[in-house]
Amino acid sequence: MSQSKPTLVVGGGMSGISTALELSELGLPVILVERSPFLGGKVAAFNKYFPKLCPPTCGLEINYKRLRKAANITLHTQARVTRVEGGPGDYSVTIEVEPRFVNDRCTACGACAEACASEREDDFNQSLAKTKAIYLSSPMAYPRRYVLDKEACDEGDLAKIQEACKYGAVDLEEEGSVLTESVGAIVWATGFSPYDASRVEYLGRGELPDVINNLQMERLADKTGPTGGKLLRPSDGKEVTSVAFVQCAGSRDLKHLAYCSGICCLASLKQISYVREAAPDAKVYMFHIDVRAGKYEQFYARIQADEGVEIVKGKVAGIFQEGDSLRLQVEDIESGEAIKVDVDMAVLATGMVPNTQDLPFEASTDDYGFLMMDESKGIIPTGCVRRPADVATVVQDATGAAMRALCQE
Amino acid sequence: MEHKIGVYICTGCGIGDALDLAAIEKVATSDGKAALCKTHECLCSQEGHALVQADIDAGDVDVVAVAACSMREKQAELSWGETWVERINYREQLVWSHEPNDEDTQWLAEDYMRMLGARMEHVTRPEPHIEEMSDRVLVVGGGISGMSAALFAARAGKEVVIVEKEDGLGGFLRRVHRRFPVAPPYQELEENDIQATIDQVIANDKITVHLSSTIGKIDGAPGRFEVTVEGAGAKETVGSIVVAAGFVPYDAGKLTHLGYGEVKDVVTSVELEEMAREGKLVRPSDGADLETVVFVQCAGSRDPDHLDYCSTTCCSVSLKQTRYIREANEDAKTYVLYKDLRTPGQWEIFYQNVAKDGTIFVKSEVKSVAAGEDGGAVVTVQDVLLGEDVEIEADLVVLAVGQVPACQNEQLLKLGYRQGPELPSIDARIEIKEGDDEDEGPVERKDEVTGGFPNSHFVCFPYETRRTGIYAAGSVRQPTDSVTAADDAAGAAFKAIKCVALQSEGKAVHPRVGDMSWPDFALQRCTQCKRCTEECPFGALDEDEKGTPKPNPTRCRRCGVCMGACPERIVGFADYSVQSINSMIKGIYVAEEWEEKPAVLCLVCENDAYPALDMAGLARMKHSPFVRVVPMRCLGGLNLQWIADAMAKGFDGVLLLGCKAGDDYQCHFIQGSELAQTRLGKVQETLDRLMLESERVAFHEVEIDSFGAIPGIIDSFMERLEELGPNPFKD
Repeated sequence: MSQSKPTLVVGGGMSGISTALELSELGLPVILVERSPFLGGKVAAFNKYFPKLCPPTCGLEINYKRLRKAANITLHTQARVTRVEGGPGDYSVTIEVEPRFVNDRCTACGACAEACASEREDDFNQSLAKTKAIYLSSPMAYPRRYVLDKEACDEGDLAKIQEACKYGAVDLEEEGSVLTESVGAIVWATGFSPYDASRVEYLGRGELPDVINNLQMERLADKTGPTGGKLLRPSDGKEVTSVAFVQCAGSRDLKHLAYCSGICCLASLKQISYVREAAPDAKVYMFHIDVRAGKYEQFYARIQADEGVEIVKGKVAGIFQEGDSLRLQVEDIESGEAIKVDVDMAVLATGMVPNTQDLPFEASTDDYGFLMMDESKGIIPTGCVRRPADVATVVQDATGAAMRALCQE
Repeated sequence: MEHKIGVYICTGCGIGDALDLAAIEKVATSDGKAALCKTHECLCSQEGHALVQADIDAGDVDVVAVAACSMREKQAELSWGETWVERINYREQLVWSHEPNDEDTQWLAEDYMRMLGARMEHVTRPEPHIEEMSDRVLVVGGGISGMSAALFAARAGKEVVIVEKEDGLGGFLRRVHRRFPVAPPYQELEENDIQATIDQVIANDKITVHLSSTIGKIDGAPGRFEVTVEGAGAKETVGSIVVAAGFVPYDAGKLTHLGYGEVKDVVTSVELEEMAREGKLVRPSDGADLETVVFVQCAGSRDPDHLDYCSTTCCSVSLKQTRYIREANEDAKTYVLYKDLRTPGQWEIFYQNVAKDGTIFVKSEVKSVAAGEDGGAVVTVQDVLLGEDVEIEADLVVLAVGQVPACQNEQLLKLGYRQGPELPSIDARIEIKEGDDEDEGPVERKDEVTGGFPNSHFVCFPYETRRTGIYAAGSVRQPTDSVTAADDAAGAAFKAIKCVALQSEGKAVHPRVGDMSWPDFALQRCTQCKRCTEECPFGALDEDEKGTPKPNPTRCRRCGVCMGACPERIVGFADYSVQSINSMIKGIYVAEEWEEKPAVLCLVCENDAYPALDMAGLARMKHSPFVRVVPMRCLGGLNLQWIADAMAKGFDGVLLLGCKAGDDYQCHFIQGSELAQTRLGKVQETLDRLMLESERVAFHEVEIDSFGAIPGIIDSFMERLEELGPNPFKD
């Protein structure tokens, strides 16, 4: 083990955080690069985990606590790795960092956001709301430093923001930077994006506002989310009284994602519990090809036993607006009949697409863009960039990635 | 204890505008025991940092007490090398949660200074506990997981000892014919290449392998486990352990309803592997060719009478085995009878490929399996799609059996731990004994909701078991396939290495990574009540023959449950003890009755409830200023003495905010919150003795994201106290 060179960990979601912390706590230096202004990735935006139905922020807080103590982790947010050269033990990489326009004097007191009237689309809340142009993504945002979306902010507000900050933390002239680093190992943990279900034309995604995806459902149900946890349908803010979960929205479909993402069934079962808790009288449907609940059978059985929930082996053939409601046309595979169901909102269980576009290195991927583990080539993929996985598997894999990085050092 | 405390009040973020700083300074340098007290408009700035550094350099200060934002903020900026830093939360939980320039807010701010002075009288800097340590790794099990763990640990430079009960390495894969595809295009079966891994292990001079051996006994603790290896007759000293004992197939003897043991041509998926390996893919009854083969999925799985979970691999195994049948006889008919066909991830592609072979998939319930007239079997199924019963005549019926973790059937570790020889599963709980009956041992409640797999935090921290330095990997930890198992072993090996690396510097492992403090026992005052040895969630304490605890600091996670358990108050950490918190409670100024100002002590879990309080402050939600917050490592450290003392001192109430307990617990120390609630059950006696109402002490479970509920919890508690009227013990 030569400890001279740091490990580069690319991606600050659950995978990247876990790998970085494991190495750091062993005394090894790490450079952690995250493209967005805050860490936590998808997990930070989840309302609850299956099957325990516990808040992800509980475990994230422990991880952030570990990060606060980790003096040997250099964190770059709003950053991308644009060049990778060399091989295991001796890489040279280029990291491009965008300006945050808020420096480390920020105390997160919030005076800037109070002074700012300009708003931007809230990507953390899956576009279900707006934030101020200078913002923290969530009450748990890490690092605890505001970020300015300068393009979304009008000139007058820029001046007000700067004036509101007593600590000289707003730096409108900040420029991005380009760093060159020498690293011993690289762990690629850039995660996934949800499949763009608008490509499955017959599901109405993109045209019908009340057809949302599973990540949006997480934000809708979150007490700290845009609706305070009330299940309000996007079109008119009505509290939903019926919801349909559409499984395999593009998954297990040769025209879209041929593979199964493995977690969407459990995610929908979990989200069914959100609906049943927030609106106990609501009627819930789940249409699926197979329910793939993995080892959490009892969780599945609990949801299955709920009288307000109808789980149907059936394929959704179309979603249309029908007056005030959405109408789903479903081929019920068990009865062989075509059925129609009217609901207030439909949740598309979209699968995982690996974030492996524009890789700065020559990668071995499978037909779907997932990175293959090829240790001779050096770069160590981990988490959902490697294969679809649930959070526990991602943490397990990220710990293994730390081991592989240790062996390369 | 002699400290030179420097109190530094940050006046930024609204703190300076909301408080009378001169008055606080007076309290800080009197009751607060501070040598000096200074203010700065932005302590986290370079200038602020330099102000403090100058005092440290001049030798005026050896403890820096920062009254500013929460301890969860600005840790890097508000640190001065190795200097001891105390944090007082004047921002989130003071000026952001209470009315500015209000006498009650001011009083709260001054009380926090008094609590600082009182605490510092009873704390010292933790001295790490350092022992001579071995960094060798013991791997229990020489299958794919164990060999993978061993190879990774060896690559990282560690010596490894593998103990394998069979006469050769390879584990379950020795019995497997071929493996399902693991790489694109997920079409062809893979050769079973386990021998290559076995050869690597044997050739590795860092790895010692004991075959035909089992663990006779493991004594000691991380860094110094003494392992007796039965069979090889060896003694090994190791620092940490990876348990990779794999699984055993579910006992098909219990599947008579599926014809096993009664119909000759019914075999398990494991037996089919062996038939394929030996090239004997024929009817067991008469050696006839296989024309029709039926695979029965979930044979004993997803079944409350057998295994109530899904082993996640059996569907893919059956798909693979349909290929064996077709390779032997390309005209063979194969049926897969399933509830849900489960091929997550890229296995789905393999499923699509196999589906093209012509296998017939039937979503169905198997009603019976009977012997056929001329051998073979007749499977009667209810075809769910057709809605009717169908009979299938088969030459062979293959039952896809699930995985049972090896630890369910045998003792693997035989730990010489007072709390038992094996890794507890996630749902194993220790019940606190209610009375003082000395003979009543701990009761393990085991409801096996997760099939007995050992773990403690299976979502966020999947490697954390309840035995420090012992990590499970592969199918003993969860049902898994061989590729995932080998990956899993990499993580477990890392954890094993890291545990010893940290412990050798006296540092704790998860979740208080790096904590140098450890519990000290004043054993001369021990009454051998055994509460601490029973309640430790991590089995850290052994006992001598009299029942006196024998601490093992390297097994300890520093939660403080032992400290809460001890009725004699003899357990404490250098910087966290019954006395230090007691002193804080005593330091709080309790108003006299005529002042009509209630006093409430609020003991808060620092992992979830404390951040939630911070976030309530961030949202500028207000709550009663009469609540004094004392953070705790875990509420499992709750000592009832504090409640008795607070009540005797005239506090009107005690509010405890802890994590969710129960089967879906959120406590990072497994049972701390539950233990605190159980202990509170006994506080009634204390309150009765003082003639006080039981409602004066309340426990609330607070999830970290439920911060919006906190003001309501506090306010309704305050309302109830008001109805009860003041504590008559007030002066």
